[in-house]
Amino acid sequence: MDLSVKRESLEAMRVFDLATMPLRELNSALHNIAPGANDTNFEVVNPRGSHSVAVGIDQPVTVEVRGSVGYYCAGMNDGGAVTVHGSAGPGVAENMMSGTVVIEGDASQYAGATGRGGLLVIKGNAASRCGISMKGIDIVVHGNIGHMSAFMGQSGHLVVLGDAGDALGDSLYEAKLFVRGEVKSLGADCIEKELRSEHIEKLAELLAKAGITDVKPTEFKRYGSARKLYNFNIDNADAY
Amino acid sequence: MCGIVGLFLKDKSLEPKLGAMLSDMLVIMTDRGPDSAGIAIYGAPSEGRAKITVQSARPGTDFAGLEAILKPADASVTVELKSTHAVIEADAAHAAAVRDLLAAERPEIRVMGSGDSVEIYKEVGLPKDVVSRFGIREMGGTHGIGHTRMATESAVTTLGAHPFSTGADQCLVHNGSLSNHNNLRRELVREGMTFETQNDSEVAAAYLTAEMAKGKDLGQALTSALDDLDGFFTFVVGTKSGFGVVRDPIACKPAVMAETDQYIAFGSEYRALVNLPGIEDARVWEPEPATVYFWDHEKAA
Repeated sequence: MDLSVKRESLEAMRVFDLATMPLRELNSALHNIAPGANDTNFEVVNPRGSHSVAVGIDQPVTVEVRGSVGYYCAGMNDGGAVTVHGSAGPGVAENMMSGTVVIEGDASQYAGATGRGGLLVIKGNAASRCGISMKGIDIVVHGNIGHMSAFMGQSGHLVVLGDAGDALGDSLYEAKLFVRGEVKSLGADCIEKELRSEHIEKLAELLAKAGITDVKPTEFKRYGSARKLYNFNIDNADAY
Repeated sequence: MCGIVGLFLKDKSLEPKLGAMLSDMLVIMTDRGPDSAGIAIYGAPSEGRAKITVQSARPGTDFAGLEAILKPADASVTVELKSTHAVIEADAAHAAAVRDLLAAERPEIRVMGSGDSVEIYKEVGLPKDVVSRFGIREMGGTHGIGHTRMATESAVTTLGAHPFSTGADQCLVHNGSLSNHNNLRRELVREGMTFETQNDSEVAAAYLTAEMAKGKDLGQALTSALDDLDGFFTFVVGTKSGFGVVRDPIACKPAVMAETDQYIAFGSEYRALVNLPGIEDARVWEPEPATVYFWDHEKAA
């Protein structure tokens, strides 16, 4: 084992203790990394449910958060790798552009909302509205998701190893939803669709990226848009 | 946006610290609503005694000589002054007479809550100022709830602050806004309920009181609330021995709960819970939408 390398990487880890320093210090350090810089490993201790931890990352940094966070953690992430060793409050990784966000515990409502890219992995359960209005993000949830998940999802993939709550994929556009367990109910215009080879291939890739080895892609059902809400149906004119 | 907290103790050794623990939880929630704050503490009831928490905008005038004024209704009456509030204790058999005399002699005084064990303190201002003004940190008890308000549906006044109490030893805090409160208020008035404010949350409290008066327990009353109340809500509710939580079916208003062998705790956010003992190993979860949670000291015992 090369100890010198290990020590170097430990020394390079910059630790921010949110019990003693303001959040601004952490986030401005994350926002002031020159392209190509190599001091890009961060550790955050005592987050104690703080809001907006590690938002607006735009460089390939790694951030290890030791504890649970509040609203909007890792929001707008563009290229960072953020791991929360705890649970996350509402809006984790909302509007993510690229990179990876891993939640070791549970996530509250609207995890990954409006995300445009990157991978969000939730190892526990996600609450309501997971992936609402998703626009290209990939979300993998080890546990269950709550009601109204993927509402108006436009693109990207939502993979759920457990169950989904009511109104999954309501008013869905072209996001692809994969659920291994039960779906309590499907939302308007969301239907079960055939799991074809290209979907199995994509699932295998996403499961591998999320570090899941004991689940087969063929165990999932695929849900998508019936595309009935895309255009106004003249037969419904009487309803208005 | 509002901040709500609740704490229901299972471990008697924590009871002397209830006020301090709940105060810490509420103060952390200050940035969810700085308009007004309030706390209800359920202390140990003393046999045959009733408590009435009252408030006055002019405590200097209204509370002067109050004990002597109330003596004719109950010789054993005591009045403890706490800033703009006072706690009147009387023989339970004479409590109604004390209230009648109070209303007649000091009509400006408002009753915040009454019962065997509850004391309710609320004022405009920040949680830290409200808890210190009333000495909440020094209070013990079995369970309690707290609220810090960002007003939406009615004026920022002491009476518009939470908790709302509309029945003996009952109180409610609310994060959200109800859309059918005017209709429901009219129906409840017809049933004989009285209202102090135009506030939507007071209607929710009165609704639960009316349902429990029909023989429902807290859990059953909260279940009917899911059918009859329209709007956004996360409620935390206290009764003499019980503690309940319910969220509307959409469940936009945040909520997180924690349970250990020592307590059940509620917070609008996890931040409110971080100082509780053993929180690292607590079971922490988000209450499900349209699902009633309630605990009762008497039923547990």
